[in-house]
Amino acid sequence: MTQLILEQALNGLQFGLMLFLLAAGLTLVFGIMDCINLAHGSLYMVGAYFVAAAAQAADSFWIGLGVGVAGAAVLGLLLELTLFRQLYRRDHLSQVLATFALILIANEAVRVIWGPAPLLLNPPEALAGPVELPLFGETFFYPAYRLLIIGVGLAVAGLLYLLVAKSRVGMWVRAGASNREMTEALGINVRWLFTAVFVFGAALCALAGGLLGPLLAVQVGMGESVLILAFVVIIIGGIGSIRGALVGSLIVGTVDTLGRALLPTLLRATLPGDAAATLGPALASILIYLLMAGILFFKPQGLFPARA
Amino acid sequence: MAFYRPTRWQRSLTIVLLTLLLGLPMLLNSLEQGFYIGFATRVLIFSLAATSLNLVLGFGGMVSLGHAAFFGAGAYIAAICQQAGLSEALLALPLAMLGAGLLALLIGAISLRTRGVYFIMITLAFAQMVYYLFISARAWGGDDGLPLSERMRFAGFSLVDDAALYYLALGALAVVMLLLGRLTEARFGRSIQAIRENETRMEALGYPVFTYRLVCFALGGAVAGLAGALLANLTGLASPALLQWTQSGTLLVMVIIGGVGYLYGGVVGAVVLLLLEEVLLGYFAHWHIVLGLLLLAIVLFAPKGVAALFGRPRG
Amino acid sequence: MPSRLTALAAALLLAGAAHAADSIKVGFVSTLSGPGAGLGVDIRDGFNLGMKQLNGKLGGLPAEVLIADDQQSPDVAKQAADKFLKKDKVDFMTGIVFSNIMLAVGPAVFQNQTFYISANAGPSQYAGEQCNPFFFNVAWQNDNLHEAVGKYVQDKGFKNVVIVTPNYPGGKDAVSGFKRYYKGKVADEIYTKLGQLDYAAELAQIRATKPDALFFFLPGGMGINFVKQFVAAGLSRDTQLFAPGFSADEDVIKAVGAPMMGMFNSSHWAHDMENAENQRFVANFQKEYGRLPSLYASQGYDAALMMDAAVRDVKGNVADKKALQKALEAKRFKSVRGDFKFNTNHYPVQNYYLRVIGKDVQDRVTNKTMGTIFTNHADAYVASCKMK
Repeated sequence: MTQLILEQALNGLQFGLMLFLLAAGLTLVFGIMDCINLAHGSLYMVGAYFVAAAAQAADSFWIGLGVGVAGAAVLGLLLELTLFRQLYRRDHLSQVLATFALILIANEAVRVIWGPAPLLLNPPEALAGPVELPLFGETFFYPAYRLLIIGVGLAVAGLLYLLVAKSRVGMWVRAGASNREMTEALGINVRWLFTAVFVFGAALCALAGGLLGPLLAVQVGMGESVLILAFVVIIIGGIGSIRGALVGSLIVGTVDTLGRALLPTLLRATLPGDAAATLGPALASILIYLLMAGILFFKPQGLFPARA
Repeated sequence: MAFYRPTRWQRSLTIVLLTLLLGLPMLLNSLEQGFYIGFATRVLIFSLAATSLNLVLGFGGMVSLGHAAFFGAGAYIAAICQQAGLSEALLALPLAMLGAGLLALLIGAISLRTRGVYFIMITLAFAQMVYYLFISARAWGGDDGLPLSERMRFAGFSLVDDAALYYLALGALAVVMLLLGRLTEARFGRSIQAIRENETRMEALGYPVFTYRLVCFALGGAVAGLAGALLANLTGLASPALLQWTQSGTLLVMVIIGGVGYLYGGVVGAVVLLLLEEVLLGYFAHWHIVLGLLLLAIVLFAPKGVAALFGRPRG
Repeated sequence: MPSRLTALAAALLLAGAAHAADSIKVGFVSTLSGPGAGLGVDIRDGFNLGMKQLNGKLGGLPAEVLIADDQQSPDVAKQAADKFLKKDKVDFMTGIVFSNIMLAVGPAVFQNQTFYISANAGPSQYAGEQCNPFFFNVAWQNDNLHEAVGKYVQDKGFKNVVIVTPNYPGGKDAVSGFKRYYKGKVADEIYTKLGQLDYAAELAQIRATKPDALFFFLPGGMGINFVKQFVAAGLSRDTQLFAPGFSADEDVIKAVGAPMMGMFNSSHWAHDMENAENQRFVANFQKEYGRLPSLYASQGYDAALMMDAAVRDVKGNVADKKALQKALEAKRFKSVRGDFKFNTNHYPVQNYYLRVIGKDVQDRVTNKTMGTIFTNHADAYVASCKMK
């Protein structure tokens, strides 16, 4: 039982931390520039493809990850300079539409370049198996690669915290999120701040895509489902708040994993077989949306509103 | 943006177009191109769906990213009706409208308490919930969708013939357009557009802003449900793909291409998009790149859409 | 206007004119993109190889194969099929991978009185009450491969089994097929979301259940991920994996590699079968595409040969539907799986074999045939089929 609970908790943590990598960039772009970026999921997909392609070419996962993340950052820079700068001033509808157009282009471009079949990305050989840890007298198994993801996720979260909470740039970012006009009036070059934040967000996307690539699959459309989850996270956490994004990610990751793991068993114990078999998966998959609706009902600005 | 008012020549153009559309199946059949009757029906149905979103988005000013929920719900209700032995479209179509409208009423009642981006996101989240609910129900086919064993009957006449369904869709679209045209010029239409322009002022004037919006949202949902039910008849399947958020995006794209807040915006958008798809797909398998670039161009350079080139909104 | 000419020709044929068609059109709808693409691509390549060996002709008549990608969506498949049937007026259709898509497309094909030669999807519906003169399956009925695994797991004396399948009708067929022959204890039935890629939660559940065997049916990319994560979680030490051939053929092996070694699976065909047709097919397939064929490829290949034989049998007069049906039922072609015949419901009666994944003489990780599980096995639904 300890093994089961601990394993599921780690699974939830791993899922939550990866969501955080995506949500962090999204919430900053959303909060500071007031820009809805539906194409954030496409950056995740393209980043994963970059990593997979570079890893295949270099025959090394680590080189691939580095090159892929750098490539995604460059792509983010180009996108920001050519397109997103035009979009910040537009209404939300234009932003939704333009970034939806980007999704179409990205999906199709990936299909043209890498073909319709998913790309293969394998974890480093040394991390392919399980880790065995002695725990309360039992041997505890957990996939080594997932532990690595948790480690990287925690490191990035810590780094982001230091950056946003302690550094000067972080101060500007927080100021920008809470009151953009005032920040501009203080003589901070908001334009380049925006660019930097956007590029940083793109790099985090690629990092998440590259890390999840060996676990999931590098394929067209992989960004769309995860995009919705990232949106749920930042709505729960409060738009523009890094702390909110972290808390939201962990809540969504844990609730989703535990829901999928425990709800069917729980319902089977309380309801007749057929009803439980139908209701279980249904409830498990809408649990996080129910959670979001519930939180919005009581706290319409999310848990940690960034705007004053 | 300002109040929508149709131009004088629009009405005569509509009558000419309608007459032409009435003759289309005969023309296609005589050319041995019967396949395209089905395609034309698809265009009509998507026109209806896009128009329903335009009512919410263009006239009501509510940026909803969850319209697919009502479109898909309409399709499922039609399929469920048929599964339960109700194959009369005269009953099933209104039921689909009622069901989708009630769903919209429920979702709207909660979502409309939020503003701006939160509204966009909460409509999206509700649509996802609806999607997962439908695909989890095993009795409704799960991920496979719910097939219709055959097309329905309309007042006793079978719709199996492609032309019959075409005329039903054409009729539905014509009636909806006529009613919407009236509605936008009526008190309700004026008020909802005024709320879009200046909510605080309308609130101060004592208008029940929330109720107006909610009614508009529910009306849009009901019409989308009608379109969904027709589409289920055309394709013979209530598909989960209709409920996906990308479907909401596609409808949004149609409205924007056509022209937000123009009565015929949805129709123009659906025609342009589906024709482009049909033509370009034949020559260029990766036509989505072209579509994406086109959309970007529209957003950046012609944000009012194609219909804006024809109709003129006045203050 | 060529389309008018074809239409005219079709009209003449329909009018009962007894002369043969001058060309044959085949509509091929399959899953060629997305996570299920590997399956569709193999069927297509197998079919194309068959056409190449027939010099692009079916029954001696020049043939045109129109190919469309259904993107694993019933919607898209229906639209593509509609176009093939009504616009291009094809003589045969084939290619569909997934049963849910088959069930969505089927009614339109049958209504149009066009013969569908299924190179994969074998839904129970079309084997039983909804069997149709215009539907032939040249592969198997969905349950068959699962039944074979169930039989083997039962015979080997496994007592505590966990089953994992997606929550969709094909998955339920798998469970009922497996349980038709496995009578021991099923510790847990886990239904996952179709298209799910992360199985962490399910694997934790399996670890807690401690089964001695695990039977899974997760086609395409789902199976690839499941096996990878199963091994990474260290579960392969205590639990023996079993799967139907769908989840253990070349497409999956290529992606997973060595971790799959030692996995048992069932199939009606294997690339190491020693009949002359099969040896020629496997050699030519490797020469043409540079990889080993999967069971999907063999099915696509057989579909082409089957059409060829039937068209030759009716001397190109494909407008005579009754004669064409008889010719198809007669099965005059030599299948790469060895001999088999069609049952009254147009599904095969054939042998099913046990395969195990290991290294072959050329040091490749691949399937090796171990023995026969069923001989001349029919499906469980044929009794309720009243073929017209």
